[in-house]
Amino acid sequence: MTTKKTFLGVPVAKPKVAFFELSSCEGCQLQLLNNEATLLDFLSLVEIVRFREGRKEAGDDYEIAFVEGSITRDDEEELLREIRRRAKILVALGSCACFGGVNQLKNRFNDLEWVKKEVYGSFPIESQEVKPLSAVIKVDLEIYGCPIKKEEVERIVTALVLGEQVHHPQYPVCMECKARENICLFELGEPCLGPVTRAGCDAWCPSNRLGCWGCRGPAPEANLALLQIIMAERGISQERMIDRLECFGGFGAFVAEVKGKKEEPR
Amino acid sequence: MLFKVFPAGELIRLFEILAADRIVGPVKKGEDQHGRSLYDFDVVHDFTELRLDYGQTIHSAKNWFLPYQEDLCTFTFEDGGSGDWHKEVDYGVYAPLVLFGLHPCDINALNKLDKVLLGGQYPNPFYGEKRANMFIVGHSCSPQPFCFCKSMGTDSAIRGFDLFLTRMDDLYFAEILSPRAFHLLEQIDCHDPDSREHHRYMEIMEAKESLYVAHVDTSDLTKILDLEFQASVWQEWGRRCFSCGTCAQVCPTCYCYGVAEQVDMDFTHARKEKMLYSCNLLDFASVAGGHNFRPESHTRLKYRYYHKHRGFVEAFEESLCVGCGRCGQACLAHITVPEVIASVRASKE
Repeated sequence: MTTKKTFLGVPVAKPKVAFFELSSCEGCQLQLLNNEATLLDFLSLVEIVRFREGRKEAGDDYEIAFVEGSITRDDEEELLREIRRRAKILVALGSCACFGGVNQLKNRFNDLEWVKKEVYGSFPIESQEVKPLSAVIKVDLEIYGCPIKKEEVERIVTALVLGEQVHHPQYPVCMECKARENICLFELGEPCLGPVTRAGCDAWCPSNRLGCWGCRGPAPEANLALLQIIMAERGISQERMIDRLECFGGFGAFVAEVKGKKEEPR
Repeated sequence: MLFKVFPAGELIRLFEILAADRIVGPVKKGEDQHGRSLYDFDVVHDFTELRLDYGQTIHSAKNWFLPYQEDLCTFTFEDGGSGDWHKEVDYGVYAPLVLFGLHPCDINALNKLDKVLLGGQYPNPFYGEKRANMFIVGHSCSPQPFCFCKSMGTDSAIRGFDLFLTRMDDLYFAEILSPRAFHLLEQIDCHDPDSREHHRYMEIMEAKESLYVAHVDTSDLTKILDLEFQASVWQEWGRRCFSCGTCAQVCPTCYCYGVAEQVDMDFTHARKEKMLYSCNLLDFASVAGGHNFRPESHTRLKYRYYHKHRGFVEAFEESLCVGCGRCGQACLAHITVPEVIASVRASKE
């Protein structure tokens, strides 16, 4: 593994890589270990100095930091600032890191103390309003998804190692869903956020007959006003639509806008 | 053209003879929430799966001749890239294919694609190889409320198939365009049509005319599109568009694509991958340096219409749209070609 790698005869440096987890299920990191067929190739591409899901040793000398999870405690914020200081490239790994993820669902309650009491009772625990990484530090690259798509991460890491630009699709999930010739979930009477959610997942959920929940966040220029219209036309309530849009946090700004409008007349 | 007639019961024999090759035809994929059947083209394993009574499929059959994704070539680098390298090209054609049950709109779509992809100075070998290994059995249709092929002149196919079947009571009226189709019919119980059967065929054709509901007025359309380039209706349609590319994906003639190069993690292989694209996508007209020539939804939607109904007409004296109506059916915002064209024609600017 120590032999120098070359591409087209040009030596390619093997970056030192560390994985970190803030508040999360660590499922995104597990995703990376999930594909045994390409795991060794992935490991030959980078030098892993820290990866709790895969090894015990933990180093602090790294160039690329992959940070999974959202911020819910002060010490996490501190750790994140420390990672930012050390890493040349900081990657937000997964929807929690990018948008707050499922964790940020609690933010929709006005009284966070009440939420804490409901969940933990009198157990002493620190749990603040959930923040994505970008609320605290500068994020260089976001890898979307709950969980992340392993193939996409491999493609992105290969690009990073070769010094290529990383391109995320700008189009929504529908494009990929149609390429798989799925039956549109709306035909089945199911809501789906595919028309407004950033693609790249290869229409993972719709291909399994589950409407998209928008884990990858909005596609740039997503037509959310139109989403409201087509949902209403199909008898899907605004509550149900908002439930979906709120699930992973990517659509937070739009949800706030819709909720604001809804509350005005009162 | 040669004509033959055979009893409807002979169709299964025809199918079985062709089944020596892979047959792709309309099959039922499920039902929508109102219990209506949904069809698509797929491999037909058994004659009973073949649903020639389909109104329209959700997607066109293009995945079988213009796949959504295709490797244009792959590379192998020896000795970790420091040695020799090879390029391999695979057109992806390993066996003949029978397309069974294409309606006239889809046959005309192939004829139009042939002009672009095979007729130019640089024919597309990936498409050409697939086309050369294809046997096409057309089938008559019953126009759906959203079909406007009549307006586009694609309601009838006069070329681009081997065999075209029209259901005529308990008979099939067969149009023969290829020697292989002729010899195929020799193997089943068929006869030359008599004058009564000629007459019945013409009656059926006439009855079909009255079923069209949707229409597009194409007279002077290229000029009108030029005149109405700045019309505000385009912005209206842009607001109603998700820019999701669904229309292009289900279209039998949308052939625009993007190409991406991908290096494997072991650095010993790479591939150049082609992906069907849509001019409606935000990324479609973004170029090196980050500039986007069409950042607004309405300009992208407009250019899709200009390509279909203006640019292609100027180049080939026919529209690229075959009036199959799939785009309008698949569009969640109900953007349909007849409505868009009518709104532009009605524009008073």
